[in-house]
Amino acid sequence: MTSISDAPKESFRLGMLIYDTRYRSITIQVVVLILFLLFLSWLVNNTAQNLAAKGRDFDFGFLGMRAGYDINQRLVEYTNDSTHMRAAFIGLLNTLLAAFVGCIIATILGVTIGVLRLSKNWLVSRLMTVYVEMFRNVPVLLWILLAMTILSETTPQPKDFRSTPEMEAAGEAPAASMLFGLIAVTTRGTSIPEPKFCLGRELEACHAESLLPGSPEGGLGVVDLGIFKVSLNLLALLIVFGGSIFVNRQIVRRANAIQEETGNRPVTWWKSLAVLTLPSIVLLWGLGLHWVVPELKGFNFVGGITVMHGFTALTLALALYTAAFIAEIVRAGIQAISRGQSEAAAALGLRPGRTMNLVILPQALRVIIPPLISQFLNLTKNTSLAIAVSYIDLRGTLGGITLNQTGKELECMLLMMGIYLTISLIISALMNMFNRAVRLKER
Amino acid sequence: MTHFTPFVRAEMIDPRQPPSGQQGLIRWSRENLFSSPANSLLTVLGGLAVAWLIMGIVPWLMHSVWNANSLSECKTIITQTWGEGATGACWAMVRERWHQYTYGFYPMDQYWRPNLAFVLMLVALAPVLFLSLPRKMMLFSLVFPFIAYWLLWGGTIWAPIVVALGFGVMGLVFRFASPKLGVPVGAGVGLLAAAAWWLLVQTPLSTTLHSIIPLGLREVDSDQFGGFLLSIVIGITAISASLPMGILLALGRQSDMLLVKSLSVGFIEFIRGVPLITLLFTASLLLQYFLPPETNFDIILRVIILVTLFAAAYIAEVIRGGLAALPRGQYEAADALGLDYWQAQRLIVMPQALKISIPGIVSSFIGLFKDTTLVAFVGLMDPLKGITAVVRADINWKGIYWEPYIFAGTIFFLICFGMSRYSMWLERKLKTDHR
Repeated sequence: MTSISDAPKESFRLGMLIYDTRYRSITIQVVVLILFLLFLSWLVNNTAQNLAAKGRDFDFGFLGMRAGYDINQRLVEYTNDSTHMRAAFIGLLNTLLAAFVGCIIATILGVTIGVLRLSKNWLVSRLMTVYVEMFRNVPVLLWILLAMTILSETTPQPKDFRSTPEMEAAGEAPAASMLFGLIAVTTRGTSIPEPKFCLGRELEACHAESLLPGSPEGGLGVVDLGIFKVSLNLLALLIVFGGSIFVNRQIVRRANAIQEETGNRPVTWWKSLAVLTLPSIVLLWGLGLHWVVPELKGFNFVGGITVMHGFTALTLALALYTAAFIAEIVRAGIQAISRGQSEAAAALGLRPGRTMNLVILPQALRVIIPPLISQFLNLTKNTSLAIAVSYIDLRGTLGGITLNQTGKELECMLLMMGIYLTISLIISALMNMFNRAVRLKER
Repeated sequence: MTHFTPFVRAEMIDPRQPPSGQQGLIRWSRENLFSSPANSLLTVLGGLAVAWLIMGIVPWLMHSVWNANSLSECKTIITQTWGEGATGACWAMVRERWHQYTYGFYPMDQYWRPNLAFVLMLVALAPVLFLSLPRKMMLFSLVFPFIAYWLLWGGTIWAPIVVALGFGVMGLVFRFASPKLGVPVGAGVGLLAAAAWWLLVQTPLSTTLHSIIPLGLREVDSDQFGGFLLSIVIGITAISASLPMGILLALGRQSDMLLVKSLSVGFIEFIRGVPLITLLFTASLLLQYFLPPETNFDIILRVIILVTLFAAAYIAEVIRGGLAALPRGQYEAADALGLDYWQAQRLIVMPQALKISIPGIVSSFIGLFKDTTLVAFVGLMDPLKGITAVVRADINWKGIYWEPYIFAGTIFFLICFGMSRYSMWLERKLKTDHR
């Protein structure tokens, strides 16, 4: 005797919200949504209560008020009469400057070290391993602090560079001297030569004037964009150089076409070199380029650009630290390419250098780029450690002095986090675009 | 016709020695150091760099001074012993200040407490790190956080015990509720029960118990913590809390439920997009806005929470990579066996995904431990900046810089290097494929 059980009834029961997999996910999501909204409203409610208890309001009006503090290193003009918004902008530029310079140095160093670590040279590969392990396993803060301490405590005072008539008579050299006669590293900062343009002017007068602080750049002058001023000299140089690159690409394309047709590649390197360098050199000469080397006047160096030690220490330490990580990424990327590729290249008769450039690196790049992006992001975020060396970056202005002066903790912190988040998202978007461009095109 | 027999060798000659350029050290250096002009140049440059470093460092280390009371005294001793112009390390600073580097401003007569907690920590970590040890030891690892809290911060012993009981309540409720209600709802009910326990029962019960049996240690404030004690407390707590959180976030990001997925993605991307310093400032400046008025909880705890959230987001991304690397067949096999979501995750997916992501997880842990030094910027005494600043502010040790940084850096190096070696060992041990 077999009993036929009824087909389950399709009527909806409340229990099905939990037990039936068709509805469970909806139930869970509704619960999560309710909990999330409750949490949010709890936060907002608390914040409102706390703000009311402290007698504060939530508005960003303070950004338009006078900042009233100085920033010792800035890329665009700023005085203590500028607004808090302007100060935050200066800080943002400083953050970006440190991140940009740091990323470039870190990439160059990291790629070199990563390639050298794979070298057949026993001594060099061991040295690079030591470098990588040493920098990876110690907090980056240590490297920043150490670099700062060494720069600010072991460097000579500006007065040590002076040579008095008595010393000259005795044949003594001053206690300190400039690097290559161009760069002066003192306790106050690093003075490097600054380019000025003496178009259509007497060189003597132009030089004397350019030693004064805040002297104009000369040449074509600057154009005021409202937010900041752009040097027309730099703009002209960029345009000319961009044109050179365009012409060079045409030369390379033509060489490729000839090679495709005849099998012989015409020699182009001297054409490329001339096209890439000559127009820029002619332009700079025409504008009257004049390097203003820092000079000791009185108690300090005048002329040139003085780079704060905070910037040098931060950028250098971050670059050295990140380079260790990049080296590992590059090594892993190169090792990921199968041996058959380099053997095939050798079978085609390519020399080791060309094998690296034409076969290994283009393939390794695909493996390398995604983790490289996250290292660049890490470096950018780590520039917030500028707090350790008193380099005034975004956190130093918006999240530091402005926050302390106005007491707008909530607004400042939220704004700062938003800016950092935006920078991160932009960098990763740009890098992902690049990643897509070099990705293996599969059909 | 002359007839001659060609020479035929009748006996074997012994093999000859290879030429002198093809054996021993000469061959090795020809192959490894001077195989090409470029390589020779690199070798010479590398050799010069090594020689320069050794010439700088070795005399400095040889002239170390261990017994002195100030930097100037160190310098006098070095000049007296090794002559004018000699340089030397002044480790006397480390000898005088090592306790600050280790314990911060923890009361001196209570040093046995962090010491004991450290030894117990090693015992608690052992079964987690080494799978060959008996699994029963894990019970101690579960109890250890409460013991460590009580040892380090002091106060009545009943408070941590009652908190631990709260976890027991959560476990019991979950055990009875989950078969009926399913894992997520069961966990929710368990959490609610535990929250009720901590909010309603915690204080009265522990006060009562304390009045009956007053058992406790002297209380130590959070601002007395410092040095490596602080780094290890923050590091270990955040490491052990961020792994489960990271797993949950990774699962959330892989989830089919749109809302859960987008919340997880939003959280992960937000945390990964801002520097840790801004989160630490949030801990010290903003939490007072977000929490109910009049709540004021410990700065170390606040920092630990934010560091944990920070690390969890990074670990979630690492584990997501591991989950993505798992072949689709594994998920399908788990479904075919009739396992539900949580069983499949626990028995099939996670063991494999975690194994794949071990290197990434451990490097996140190393990063987290290194980042504990950033707590200096919210006023805590980390060994690198906080304690070193204290030492360098002392008139006796003003101007000393290599020694404190080398000392603190070496300890960080040993711990982090140890962690990375451990991860390599674990990876080899868990390797099951035969490639």
